Amino acid sequence: MATEAKTGSLAALWGGGGSPYRIGSKKFGMWLFIISDSLTFTALLVAYTYLRMSTETWPTPFHFSPSIIFSTVMTLVLLSSSLTMVMAVHAMSHGNRGGTVKWLLATMAFGAGFVVLHMSEWMHLINDEKVTAFSNPWNEPLFGATFFGITGLHMTHVTIGVIYLGVIATGVGRGKFTYEDVEVSGLYWHFVDLVWMFVFPLVYLMSVKMH
Amino acid sequence: MASHAMHVHTPPSGFIRKYIFSMDHKVIGIQYYFLALFSVFVGLLLSVLMRYHMVYPDAKVGFFETLWPTGAPGGVMTPELYLSLMTMHGTIMVFFVLTTAPQGGFGNYFLPIQIGAEDMAFPFLNMLSFWTTFVALVVMMAAFFVQGGAPLGGWTAYAPLSALGEIAGPGQGTGMNLWIISIALFCGASLMGAINFISTLIDLRVPGMTLMRMPLTCWAWFVTAILSLLGFAVLLSAGILLLMDRVVGTSFFLPAGLVVNDQILNHKGGSPLLWQHLFWFFGHPEVYIAILPGMGLASNILSVFSRKTIFGYRAMVYAMLSIGFLGFVVWGHHMFISGMSPYTAIAFSIMTMAIGVPSAIKTFNWIGTLWGSQIRITTAMLFALGFVSLFVSGGISGIFLGQPGLDLYLHDTYFVVGHFHMIMGVAAIFGMFAGTFFWFPKMFGRMMNETLGQIHFYATFLGVYAIFTPMHVLGIIGNPRRYADFKEFEFMGQAMSVHTFMTHSALFTAAVQIIFVINLFWSLKKGAKAPDNPWEATSLEWSIPSPPPFDNFGGKHLTVHHGPYEFSVPGKAKDYVMQVDPE
Ligand code: HEM
Ligand SMILES: [Cu+2]
Repeated sequence: MATEAKTGSLAALWGGGGSPYRIGSKKFGMWLFIISDSLTFTALLVAYTYLRMSTETWPTPFHFSPSIIFSTVMTLVLLSSSLTMVMAVHAMSHGNRGGTVKWLLATMAFGAGFVVLHMSEWMHLINDEKVTAFSNPWNEPLFGATFFGITGLHMTHVTIGVIYLGVIATGVGRGKFTYEDVEVSGLYWHFVDLVWMFVFPLVYLMSVKMH
Repeated sequence: MASHAMHVHTPPSGFIRKYIFSMDHKVIGIQYYFLALFSVFVGLLLSVLMRYHMVYPDAKVGFFETLWPTGAPGGVMTPELYLSLMTMHGTIMVFFVLTTAPQGGFGNYFLPIQIGAEDMAFPFLNMLSFWTTFVALVVMMAAFFVQGGAPLGGWTAYAPLSALGEIAGPGQGTGMNLWIISIALFCGASLMGAINFISTLIDLRVPGMTLMRMPLTCWAWFVTAILSLLGFAVLLSAGILLLMDRVVGTSFFLPAGLVVNDQILNHKGGSPLLWQHLFWFFGHPEVYIAILPGMGLASNILSVFSRKTIFGYRAMVYAMLSIGFLGFVVWGHHMFISGMSPYTAIAFSIMTMAIGVPSAIKTFNWIGTLWGSQIRITTAMLFALGFVSLFVSGGISGIFLGQPGLDLYLHDTYFVVGHFHMIMGVAAIFGMFAGTFFWFPKMFGRMMNETLGQIHFYATFLGVYAIFTPMHVLGIIGNPRRYADFKEFEFMGQAMSVHTFMTHSALFTAAVQIIFVINLFWSLKKGAKAPDNPWEATSLEWSIPSPPPFDNFGGKHLTVHHGPYEFSVPGKAKDYVMQVDPE
């Protein structure tokens, strides 16, 4: 008894011989990567929450100025990079390779700017505030550990992203790569950006000194 | 509907591109298979050494000292050495055998063929994931040869032991670092594999290969890939944190006031329980990663050799999906005695019992498939039947362990060792044997020897039951696990003869594996030529030559017209209908 393939557009799509979401494998693969990577970050954020909840004297040392102002600027830089990324994808959709390269370079510049700002903030914390991954003035070593662990993993993602976009930009400039490749790199970039939108409130805003 | 662009590629020339850094899913599948085969023999050897030590703790064995000068001074194995053998045994078996062969090996080889694709969606990623796994294995084995030797903490690497470093014992220094690095690499490789499997299955099915026409093996690989995608992502995080504790000096898993070897450690605030949560969030799905491909394969084989359509195809699919889902909400059943609110324990317990339902559905459907059928006994079929038997035996003890009240007593006893060896250890291994005997003709173009195969089956089947059934009894009398020997346990007195029996069974079982090795390598060279479809099975791999050509289907564009299990269809000349047969 043959199970007959149902007719109808959805069934036909899923019936093999076509890509059910009408998206290519590369894009689909990137989505899968994003799902799994978001679980990696979720695990870190859950660990942070777990440890913080079980510590009564968790410090909240960040002053509005300069910490929060500084990290807000970082956030704005990252948000701008998402905007330029959108422009890059848009340019590519019109086959404008020159424009795409320009917007990609702008995105990379914002990304690199974010990393530079972030590093200087790290240095400030380490050198001036004496916060490291294993000790700090408030004697709650996990404050620094979670801070550097989470932001460090995120910064690694941004750095990899900048390199990734560099590869894409070079290729696009040389006439290689299609619209899909640019779009897929955009997915990654926006995802990394989105992760920051969780890190920023959880790690920075929730560590603001209350009076 | 946009017609799908297939990857058109020509076979590479040159030995290296063809056999070493190959991007052909079939070559990669075989590479995975042999990686697992090597690992399983390392793991087996370690287990035999452990069993031997347990009943002859004072024996002087010359080559122990040669291999591990500090671990076995004078040839007598120290408890630390025992624990490191145990850790490596468990780790190698779980990661490099059970996670590689069924999915990376058979899955890689047959998933694309069974859905009609020429290759995986990302051939390069596929090659990368195999070689990452290979490096991970090399790093893991290196732990044996570094200062201090292999780690001691078990395959679960529980903190705080695992987070401490050298001070916690030999092997907890460099050895443990290598362990974590290896596992982190393995996570990366599994994630790449998972992305590849899911994309391939969703995107590359040929026309007519609807989801509900896929062989159950494909469904199993699909669900397994989803579990890997989510589970290994979390283990990766846990591994990073653990490595930070050890290398950077953070305290994620280390609480305040730890005293180790009379030294107060300078850590504060961390939680060993956090490690358990993160680990088991991966760890429980991991046991399904190990067993699901075997379930898919058993379903397939039972149907083929009983010449009946699988009983309740859809139920099988939904059962696998719900096992996959429930697998993520039961991790707490490993932590009943770790300090857990009784209410949480009840919730986890109920979820655990709930998994019994889809598992029972599968079992009854297997029995339903066999019911009243004309069974063709082959080695593949025997191993599939053995799989079902072990799955049931191991499942029953799972029901005991899933209840907090009983688990309080049984946790960390040999009852647990018996349970997980039955269900995840040997059942999955039986799945691999079944797969080997079933698919060998397709992979290598030759038949395996049936007589040797069946002798090997009966000996192994008896052997594993003789090893692992008595463990349940020992557990019930309170025999703790992860102990090097039981010299000091007076209450164990008479029970030691049971240990002796198990050790002899283990030696026997290990020895009869030689039959398998001989059969495998002899058949590779001398086996009878295999026809295209020796088992009269229906799925796509049996409609192409054995072994398949480079692009699987010789450039033909197939269309699928039938479900995967159309056997004994009334009014047909043959007793089976191939999936590619015209309507
Ligand atoms: C003939 C086959 C085997 C024998 C004789 C054997 C024997 C043993 C022994 C003696 C232990 C140590 C128990 C303890 O001290 O607590 C052990 C642990 C273990 N075995 Fe096996 N084993 C076999 C096959 C397998 C297979 C196929 C797997 C695959 C899953 C496996 C997975 C494990 C695991 C995960 C552990 C726990 C290690 C730990 O506590 O961290 N074993 N086995
Ligand atoms: Cu479990």
